[in-house]
Amino acid sequence: MDPRRAPRSVIDPKVRRVGFFTGTGQMLPSSAPFADLSSSPSVGKSLSPVMIPPPRHPSDTLSSSPVRRSSMAAAAVDSLAVGSYNASELLPGTSPSGRARNPELSDDLGASPGRSKRSPAFASSSVPASGLTTVSVVNLHPEKAVSASVEVQLDRTTTSKSLKERTSKAERRALQEAQRAAKAKGSKAPTTASGVVTSANVKSAKPSKIVSQKNDSGPVATPEKKGIDRPSEKDRKKDVPHPRMQYDDTSRVEKAKKRAVVKQTEARNRVELFRHLPQYELGTQLPDLEAKFFQLEPMHPAVCKVGLQYLSGDICGGNARCVAMLQAFQEVIKDYSTPSEKTLSRDLTAKVSCYVSFFIQCRPLSISMGNAIRFLKNSIAKLPLTLSESESKASLHLDIERFINEKIILADKVIVKHAVTKINDGDVLLTYGLSSAVEMLLLHAHELGKQFRVVVVDSRPKLEGKLLLRRLVGRGLSCTYTHINAVSYIMHEVTRVFLGAASVLTNGTVFSRVGTASIAMVADAFRVPVLVCCEAYKFHERVQLDSICSNELGDPDAISKVYGSRDINVLDHWANSENLQLLNLMYDAMPSDYVSMIITDYGMVPSTSVPVIVREYRGEHIWM
Amino acid sequence: MWYRSASFVLDRQRVRNDPVPNPDTLSISPPPSSMADTLQNLNPKTNVSAYYQTRAAHHGVVTSDWLAQAQAAVGRSSEDEGMLRESDVGVAGGKAFSVIDEFNSWRKQPDLAEAVAAIRALAAVIRNSQATTMMELEIELKRASDSLKSSDTTSISLTASCDLFMRYVTRTSALEYEDFNSARSRLIERSEKFGEISYKARRIIAMLSQDFIFDGCTILVHGFSRVVLEVLKTAAQNKKLFRVLCTEGRPDRTGLRLSNELAKLDVPVKLLIDSAVAYSMDEVDMVFVGADGVVESGGIINMMGTYQIALVAHSMNKPVYVAAESYKFARLYPLDQKDMAPAPRPIDFGVPIPDKVEVETSARDYTPPQYLTLLFTDLGVLTPSVVSDELIQLYM
Repeated sequence: MDPRRAPRSVIDPKVRRVGFFTGTGQMLPSSAPFADLSSSPSVGKSLSPVMIPPPRHPSDTLSSSPVRRSSMAAAAVDSLAVGSYNASELLPGTSPSGRARNPELSDDLGASPGRSKRSPAFASSSVPASGLTTVSVVNLHPEKAVSASVEVQLDRTTTSKSLKERTSKAERRALQEAQRAAKAKGSKAPTTASGVVTSANVKSAKPSKIVSQKNDSGPVATPEKKGIDRPSEKDRKKDVPHPRMQYDDTSRVEKAKKRAVVKQTEARNRVELFRHLPQYELGTQLPDLEAKFFQLEPMHPAVCKVGLQYLSGDICGGNARCVAMLQAFQEVIKDYSTPSEKTLSRDLTAKVSCYVSFFIQCRPLSISMGNAIRFLKNSIAKLPLTLSESESKASLHLDIERFINEKIILADKVIVKHAVTKINDGDVLLTYGLSSAVEMLLLHAHELGKQFRVVVVDSRPKLEGKLLLRRLVGRGLSCTYTHINAVSYIMHEVTRVFLGAASVLTNGTVFSRVGTASIAMVADAFRVPVLVCCEAYKFHERVQLDSICSNELGDPDAISKVYGSRDINVLDHWANSENLQLLNLMYDAMPSDYVSMIITDYGMVPSTSVPVIVREYRGEHIWM
Repeated sequence: MWYRSASFVLDRQRVRNDPVPNPDTLSISPPPSSMADTLQNLNPKTNVSAYYQTRAAHHGVVTSDWLAQAQAAVGRSSEDEGMLRESDVGVAGGKAFSVIDEFNSWRKQPDLAEAVAAIRALAAVIRNSQATTMMELEIELKRASDSLKSSDTTSISLTASCDLFMRYVTRTSALEYEDFNSARSRLIERSEKFGEISYKARRIIAMLSQDFIFDGCTILVHGFSRVVLEVLKTAAQNKKLFRVLCTEGRPDRTGLRLSNELAKLDVPVKLLIDSAVAYSMDEVDMVFVGADGVVESGGIINMMGTYQIALVAHSMNKPVYVAAESYKFARLYPLDQKDMAPAPRPIDFGVPIPDKVEVETSARDYTPPQYLTLLFTDLGVLTPSVVSDELIQLYM
C-alpha cells in the first residue's frame, strides 16, 4: 500500500471528536473481519444475493502474528481513508490498486487476526453510526454473518507493508466500524466494484486508498449490484453528487468517484472537524484529464473547459463562476440535439445534471451556482411540450441570457446605485478581499466625484485584495492596503465597511470569503456600520449557524507555503508529520448581528428581511 | 397600506357602540393665506427645516395671538371653499398651479397630518390635470410628487406619503380597467378620504395600545405626538390609572403642550427637563414615543432626544413603544445619526451665543431598531423587523 497513506490511522485517535467527527480512520480493523470476505471487486460482484459464508478456519486465526495484524490494520486504515459514516456502504467501493494487491493479503487476512482476538469485545463496544458517542451496545449477529462472507473477499486483499501502528486503537476502531457496518447493513449499497475496475487504469498512476472490502450486506445484496460495467446515462443522473455531499460518507464518495471524470486525489492529514468536506490535492488532475479527454463521450467541450478553469482556479468568485457555467450551458444547449425516443426536457435535464456533477468534481458548487442550476432546470421543465426542438433551444438560450443579464449584471448595477448613496464625502471605506460588486461600487462612487478613501484589507493565502488594489489605484482612488492582522488597528478610522458575499442565508447569516466574519466582528466592536453587497440570486433559504457544516476546503499547501520568502520553510514537508493538519477554509459564516444592512437588487434591507425576499422572490426567480 | 389595516379593532369598538367621531370634521379646504404668510416669513430660505418650522408653529406652546389666528382661520374656512372652486377653474384659465403652494397651504392646518396635506396636494394635481389618459396623469403626478418631495426633504412623512400615493396610482389594478374619468374620480375620492384614513389609523393605534397600558403604570413620553396623545386619551377614557412623565422637549417645548393636554384629561402629569430622563427612568414602566418616520431597518426618526431616551430605557430594560401610522413608513435606511438629510432648526438659548460657539441645530435623531421594543401601527403591533417586510411587500 501506499506508504504515504499510513499516517492517517494515527492521526485520528488524537483528535478530539466534536460535531462532525467521522469514522474514517477507524474502520480498519473492521476491515479485518470483513476482509476475509471477497476482497476483490470481481469476487464481490459475483457473490450471489444469498451468500453462504465460507467456513473460517480456526487455524488461520491462530496463525496471525501481532505484527501482521498491525500492518494489516494500517493497510486497512489507509485504504479506508475516504472517510465515511457508514462502513457497510464503503465496502464495495474498492479501488483498483487494492485489487492488485489482494493476493498478498489473503493469507494474513485469512487469519482474520482482529477478529479472533476481538470477538469478545464486539459485544460490548461500538460506535453508533452517527459517531457522536463512543460507547453503545451493539448486536453482533449481522456482523458475524458478514464476516463469514468477507473471508472470501479478503483472500485477495493485501498489505505488503508493515508499519508500526497503534494496533489496539485501530482494533477498537475496527470493532466499532464493524458494528456500525452491521447496523447500516440494511441499506445496501447499489454500487458495484466493476465501476472501479474500469477506472483502474486511470487511477493506478497515483496510488490511492483502496479497500477491498465487500459490502457486508451480502445476503441483502441486490442483483443490480453486479455487473454494471459502464454506468448508464440514467445512473449518472442518479449519482450526481449532492451539492452538499458528506464526504466522510465513504460509500457515497466511492460511488461518486466511480463516475467521476476528474480523479481528484484527496489531501492527507485532514482536520477531523472538516472531514465531511472534500479536500483534494491540487495539480494532480490535469494530466490525468488530458489523457482521458477523448474518453469523455458525454462531456461537452465548453463544460469541460469551464470545469477545468474551476479546477485550476482561473475562474473564481461567485458571479464569475456562475456566469461561466451558464454560458457553458448555453453552448451545450446550442449543440444539443434530442436523441430519438427521448424527450428534450427529460434528456436535457439529465445531461445538465451530469455536467453539474462534473462541475462539482472540479470544485464544489457555490450557492449562486446552485441557484442558477435550479433556475435552468426549472426553465427546462416548464418548456411547453408543443415547442419544437429548435424553439425550445432558442427559448432556453434566451432564458439563460436573461438570467445573466437581469440577475447578475443588472442586479450589480442596481446594488451600486443603492450603495453609492451611502458613501459620503470624507468617508473612509474598508473592504476585504475582492468582491465584484464592491469594486464596481467604489469605482462608480469615484466617478461620481465623491471624495473618499479606501482601505483594502487582504489576507493570505489568496491575496485577492491585491487585484482590487491594483484596479482601484489604476483609476486614481486613494487606497490603503493592509493585511487582516492589522484590522483592529485600522478600524478606528473607518466609517463604513463594504463587504461582498458568497451567499446570504435565511437567518441573515452572510456566507463569504474566509476572514469576512472577523472583519465584521471588529467593525461591529468599533460601531462601524457593515454593509453587505449581495445579489438576490445568491440568497438561499437554508439556515446555517456555523461555518463548519457547509464549507469548502482549499489546498492546504497554499497556507503552508509562503511565496517569495525562502526562510519560511518550516512547513515544507508537513504532510509527513502525522500530528499536523492544515486547514485552509474557503468561507465563513457571519452572524446577522454584525450586518447593518444588506444591499441587494431589491433595495437596502436589514438582515432580518432576507426571508421576506427569499419568500417573495424565490418564485419569480425560478420561474422568471 | 391602508387596505391591509388592522381596522378590526375599530369594528370591535363600534360593536360596543362607541361612536367614532366623524372624521369629516377635518376641514377639506386649505387654510387662509394669512397664516401662510406668517409662516412663510418664519421660514426664510435659510437652512431651516420647513417641516420642523411647521411643527413648531403647530405644537409650540400656544400663544394667544396664535389662537386668535387659528380661530379666524376656522371661521373663514367655509368662504375659502368657494374660493378654492374658483381657483380650480382659474387654473385652467392661466394661473400656473403649483403643487408646492397647495401643499404649503394645507400644511398650515394644525390638525392635519403632514401626509394628509401631501395627499390633498396631489389630489389637487389630479383635479387640475388636463391629462386624458392614465399614463399622462401618472407622469404628471410623478412630476408633482417629485417636486413636492424636493421642496422639503426634511419631512419624512411627506416623502413617504407621496411614494405611497404614487404606489397606489401605479399599482392598483382596478384603475387599469376603468375608463379614465372614473379612475380619476376614484383617485380623487381616495385622496379625499386620506384624512379619514389617517384619523382612523390613529384610532386603531390607540385601541391596539390599550392592552399595553396597565393600571398603575408610569409612562414616559417625549415630544408631542398626536398618536401618543390619542393613545393616552383613550387610556384615560377607558378609566385606566396611569401617570405620565413628560419631557420638556427643548427647544420647541413640545412637552409643555402635551402636558397641557393631559392635564385637561385629568391625567397625573409630571414635567421633566430633558436631561432628567435617566434620573427618573427607574420609576418609569414604559416609554411611549411617536415618530416622524419609521425607516426600513425598523428604527425610527424622531424628535431630538428620542435616541438617548431609548438608550437609557434599553439599559434599564424598560420597553420602548413607538406609535406611528403606517404611512410614515419610509424607504430610508440611515446607518447612523449623520446619515440623514439634515433638518436644522433655530434654537433659542435665551442668551446671545458668541459667534465662535457652534450650535448643534439638528431637529431629529435616529433610533436604531435594537432599542425599540414594539411599534404600534395601524397594521397591528409590529416588531421593528417587520417594518422592512411591510415595506418590501408594498414597494417591490
